[in-house]
Amino acid sequence: MSDERALLSVRGITVNFAGVKAADDVTLSINRGDFTAIIGANGSGKTTFLNICTGYVKPQAGAVYLEGREITALPPRNIARQGIARSFQIPQLFTDQTVRENLMLSIAAREGVFQGFTPLDRPEYRAEADELIALVGLQSVADTLTGTLPEGLRKLADVTLALALKPRLLLLDEPTSGVSALERFDIMNTLMNALRERETTALFVEHDMEVVRRYADRVLVWDTGSVIADGLPDTVFADERVIKSVLGAV
Amino acid sequence: MRPATLYLLLAGGVLAMAALPILLPWKQFVMTVAMAKGFAALGVALLLRAGMISIGHALFLALGAYAAAFMSRGAGITDLGLLILGSVAISTVCGALVGAYMVRYRAIFFAMLNLAVSMVVFSLLAKLYRVTGGTDGMRVPVPTIFGMEYDKSQFDAILYYVALVLIVAVGFLVHRYLKSPLGHALAAVHSNEVRLEYLGVSAWRVLLVAYTVSAALAGLGGVLTAVAVGHVLPEYAYWTESGHLVLTAVLGGIGGVAGPFLGSIFLEFVHSFAVGYADDAWNMINGIALLLVIFFLPQGLYGLIARRRAAKSVMERDEDK
Amino acid sequence: MLFAIVPLIVDGLANAALIFFVAVGLTLVFSVLRILNVAHGSFYSIGAYVAASIGLWIISSGLNPWLSFPALLIAAALVAALMGPLIERTLVHWTYGKGEAVQILVTFGLFLILEDLQRIVFGVRSIYADTPMALLGVSEIGGIIYLNYQLLLIGLAVLTLIGLRLFIRHTRQGKLISAVVEDREVSEAMGINTRRIFMMAFTLGVFLAALGGALATPTSGVAPGLGAETMVLAFAVAAIAGLGQVEGAAVAAVIVGVARVLAIYYVPALDAVAPYLVMLVVLLIWPYGLFGTTQSRRI
Repeated sequence: MSDERALLSVRGITVNFAGVKAADDVTLSINRGDFTAIIGANGSGKTTFLNICTGYVKPQAGAVYLEGREITALPPRNIARQGIARSFQIPQLFTDQTVRENLMLSIAAREGVFQGFTPLDRPEYRAEADELIALVGLQSVADTLTGTLPEGLRKLADVTLALALKPRLLLLDEPTSGVSALERFDIMNTLMNALRERETTALFVEHDMEVVRRYADRVLVWDTGSVIADGLPDTVFADERVIKSVLGAV
Repeated sequence: MRPATLYLLLAGGVLAMAALPILLPWKQFVMTVAMAKGFAALGVALLLRAGMISIGHALFLALGAYAAAFMSRGAGITDLGLLILGSVAISTVCGALVGAYMVRYRAIFFAMLNLAVSMVVFSLLAKLYRVTGGTDGMRVPVPTIFGMEYDKSQFDAILYYVALVLIVAVGFLVHRYLKSPLGHALAAVHSNEVRLEYLGVSAWRVLLVAYTVSAALAGLGGVLTAVAVGHVLPEYAYWTESGHLVLTAVLGGIGGVAGPFLGSIFLEFVHSFAVGYADDAWNMINGIALLLVIFFLPQGLYGLIARRRAAKSVMERDEDK
Repeated sequence: MLFAIVPLIVDGLANAALIFFVAVGLTLVFSVLRILNVAHGSFYSIGAYVAASIGLWIISSGLNPWLSFPALLIAAALVAALMGPLIERTLVHWTYGKGEAVQILVTFGLFLILEDLQRIVFGVRSIYADTPMALLGVSEIGGIIYLNYQLLLIGLAVLTLIGLRLFIRHTRQGKLISAVVEDREVSEAMGINTRRIFMMAFTLGVFLAALGGALATPTSGVAPGLGAETMVLAFAVAAIAGLGQVEGAAVAAVIVGVARVLAIYYVPALDAVAPYLVMLVVLLIWPYGLFGTTQSRRI
């Protein structure tokens, strides 16, 4: 790739679901260190874009590059191992395990699970998991089964699981949906500080425009599989088409 | 239960088993067989942890048993230790080969494909008369132990304690495996395979290891059964035997290592009482017991019974194309 | 060479016809209830036992031997009416909404119970009741002799396939079934009584399996262990086609039947193994079967 700053680039990706355009010849780059927000109405292709970047959906045309190396349609596990982690719109957790156990498994996954008979519950992993738990403020539920947590905390645990992989690029699918309006900014503050500290690039799908305005360095606006606006939050939110397509619909 | 209490109970159980040949000598033989089958049931229980049900695992029990028969008859290997090592090695290799295909599949495909392969092997064992002795099976001579020859009853007494020591040693290793990251990843295949893959872990490789280990365990059960009974039959691979293993695993619970052995010993006791009255109905009793455990005692099966709410809501809630 | 293989093909197709009845029942129940019933093969062997018992009774009590034909149908209907609703309402109903692991364990438990129940009720000896086959005799076409009964089996399988297609596409009940297959939640919301549909589909599945078994008795008789073999064979056919594919099951049954004939002709040792080899290879290339579609999970 010619652009030195680009961490992730997609070129001409196209995906159709039974005639519905989820991605229509999209070309763009995500720059190192940026917090990029993706906004758009339901069905505009936001989650599909994350699914393409992580290998869950194979584009019918086009290619995805991570630091110039093609990763198009590699299985999710290979893409994860190359440094792209994601969180999910609906939390994806190991529901019969505690928050700490979930995190320790994620840490072990980062180090490789094929490592003999040393127990998962070992001092180093426990310390690192507890550090993450303290970072996002889940101390009071560290020993609770994730399946029994309320939605907002599950969401947070889900994001932390991705964070534990120490990714270079973190994709967040609506990190604040299901979280109460009061906690929303606290959580985003913690999260964004943690990401900045770890020099992690982030791409997040978001419905709350106030969250976007506060935390995004750049906003991509999706409409029926295309990016119709791309720029600083203030510039984008002033755009007539964006107001019509997204802000009107939300 | 606190760990200390648990260890005390386990130690008590092992001691009670060690004393059994002295207290109830006529039960020694059935208990050897029960312990042997316990290994195979432990193998089935391992896969159950990942939510995968093999209804053909008697295949590997039979492989271990026939491997022992071939080694002692064809290759002239008579030492018990070598027979065990050889049979386990053979079933491990077969487990890895068969497993590489099987662990691509989940749920009913996994169950039925295992059943299909076991039925193929059963019919080959029964048909290839010149190689396997057909439906008559093959006799397995009494093995030597470190070059010493024993008569059958002496050998049986030694074999009982060999099996008991193996339970402790192998049980400890399997316990450590389940506690390791790989063991946790195995359970994670059941609770959320998609997330596991997104953590960069290959569910296929995690399952292949588990399948291979489970085949090795079943093979170990097979060689112990073969030398205890002194005879191998195609029926070892028959699906009713696999059903028995599934019941044993479910009955003992899939949480710990001791469960399948307890289940096996309990069932063998029941069987030895029932054999006089209801031999024709033994599968029926197994089936009813299986249903009773699932209906009334599902605690031992952990998340296996609980409805997969989380997974379902994933499909329902996402409307973003 | 061709002359030698033609009777074998007819033989293979007649066999495929029998397996088709079981496989199509299995696949139908799966597509409606989303449950693969491990005990499905037992309905085949129970149908066979009941048909053989009725057939032998007709002969021994001196009734018109032609009554053996309706007896086959009656046997299947009897098994379906007695066992279908009962098992669906109790055991199978309990597993709705539970994980697949539970569904496998419960139906496997049922399978173990049914296998021994047959031993207790019908004994362990093989039973033959070949009156229908003897009555129909043979015909000679181009110097080759065929069993008329085998031709009848092939014809019946084709008729059943057409009948099922008409039933599902053109009757009210059939349309309700396909609505439930299409989208269960929406069907329920629209007021379709899924409870009744499930019971009906399950019973129809039992009937088809029992009919296969009943029709098999004149050619091959019935012996213990038949249920397990049939189950695996029917699963092989259903899996080759893709679970839930009714027409596909017919194609897969023919493929398996022909594969078996070719095995008998060229590599006799592989006779019994051929259907499984076909299944393993097909699933290796098409993991969801020849006509199956992927169901990927939305995240």
